[in-house]
Amino acid sequence: MSIQRRQFMTAAAGAAGIGLAGCLSDDDRGGTPDINGETLTLTTTTSTYATGLLDELNAPFEDRYGVSVDAVPEGTGAALEHARNGDADVVMVHARTLEDEFLEAGYGVNRRDLMFNDFVIVGESDDPAGIASEDDATAAFEEIADTESTFVSRGDNSGTHTKEREIWDEAGLSDDGFGEWYLDGGGGMGETLNTANMEGAYTLADRGTFLDMREEIDLEIHVEGPVEGGPELLRNPYGIVAVNPAVHENVNYDLAMAYIGYVTSLEGQEIIEEYRSNDEQLFFPEALSEDSNFQQYVPEGWESDSDG
Amino acid sequence: MLTPLVVDFPFEWNYIRSIIYVSLYVSLTAVALSTLFSLPIALFVGFKDFRGKTLVTSIINTGMGFPSVVVGLVVLFAVSNQGPLGSFDLVFTTEAMIMSQFVLAAPVITGVSLAAVSSVEQNVRDAAYAMGGTKLDVAFVTIKEARYGIATAVLAGFGRAISEVGSVLIVGGNIASSDGTSVTRTITTAIQLEARQGRFETAMLLGAVLVVLVLLVNAIVVRLGSDDGGYR
Repeated sequence: MSIQRRQFMTAAAGAAGIGLAGCLSDDDRGGTPDINGETLTLTTTTSTYATGLLDELNAPFEDRYGVSVDAVPEGTGAALEHARNGDADVVMVHARTLEDEFLEAGYGVNRRDLMFNDFVIVGESDDPAGIASEDDATAAFEEIADTESTFVSRGDNSGTHTKEREIWDEAGLSDDGFGEWYLDGGGGMGETLNTANMEGAYTLADRGTFLDMREEIDLEIHVEGPVEGGPELLRNPYGIVAVNPAVHENVNYDLAMAYIGYVTSLEGQEIIEEYRSNDEQLFFPEALSEDSNFQQYVPEGWESDSDG
Repeated sequence: MLTPLVVDFPFEWNYIRSIIYVSLYVSLTAVALSTLFSLPIALFVGFKDFRGKTLVTSIINTGMGFPSVVVGLVVLFAVSNQGPLGSFDLVFTTEAMIMSQFVLAAPVITGVSLAAVSSVEQNVRDAAYAMGGTKLDVAFVTIKEARYGIATAVLAGFGRAISEVGSVLIVGGNIASSDGTSVTRTITTAIQLEARQGRFETAMLLGAVLVVLVLLVNAIVVRLGSDDGGYR
């Protein structure tokens, strides 16, 4: 009996040892960033992350500054909400209206245009709503609604969802105008494309994620965005904003500005320009311009003399 | 459709190793802490008769069913810069993930251990006490008698911790560094990331890794908890 008790104690000690070892080794790892440099928390959208661009973009920055960039992939809405709470140092997102609200409320400073690609309207190859002939996104959405063809929405307050609602607004439809044909996917772009694929539905997708997933799904582009000569409405601009250190004094503002400087530099923009997935260019740099572009720093339509 | 299972493993070894490390580190630490916290409670509630004992038991049993996303949200609120623990800068860290898994695992370990301890017969405890054992000795005898039940409790807690995705995704942020080393990415959040990009085959592969891992941990605990080095 005493032997059994000893065995049990040995086992318990062993288990405690495993737990303790975990603690110790993590302390060692956790200590490293404090010695070598700091950690920059970047909340961003699933599209920049899932396409692999961020890994490519962040590695040289991390090497040069001896820091690590923690990129948290979320929807634009969630990314901005984390920044509002002071849990992120810098945000890279793609919904100008949401970015403007963020700036106007004082949470963000020093916004820059970063890059763009575009949205495309995709659906089954047989195109039941007959939108393939349209070169107008609003008309295409109207046709989908008129024919009550299944449409999958992101429904997650992401940049893509924001753009989708903007197009529905232009088409004169709002929440109560949607019928059973309108499905709320409530997931990331990849999940939504999968749902649309399985349902034989239409959806609005950012070109980057769509190209990245093209192998896995049977959907086709029916309405192109401006990258392929489509309507400007489907333009998908990405911006980068530092979190205001006067609102959240814990944020790593210096490093956030260094990062913004890097991604909008010749080097950073060249990496974006040259990034390929399946031999396709996914993002087009937009930060470099010889001409002045003051609108990138302020909410859209803002003028210093106006009452806004 | 089965061909992806025989093609090259589509991940860097470093990536796989680091997400396994983070998964095990977070879940084992959370379960070890939960066990240290839960066992005394289970022994106390199991032995003592006190007013409100039924209430305490039902609270523990309710806790076993806490939805992990809700726990994640509550922990996020607590560790967020705006929350009560904001000054510790715990958002998007493994420590925050350990906190949420602790909250998830502790009721399971307490509840199942309580059932095991309660089933140890009164005369066993009386005998230990009659033989001159201190209260601590009586507790050890009870733990020894109930060890299979307690091992089951720890395993159930571990299963709950390592398999949940909701709370670690919210408080951890699913971060991997640009060289492919996991910071707060676990096997479950990696599966979620693959699945939402439509890469179901690679998600399945990671799922298989998770199952193998849980099997291994179970085998080790069963071996440690049994009398003669094998399952009785």
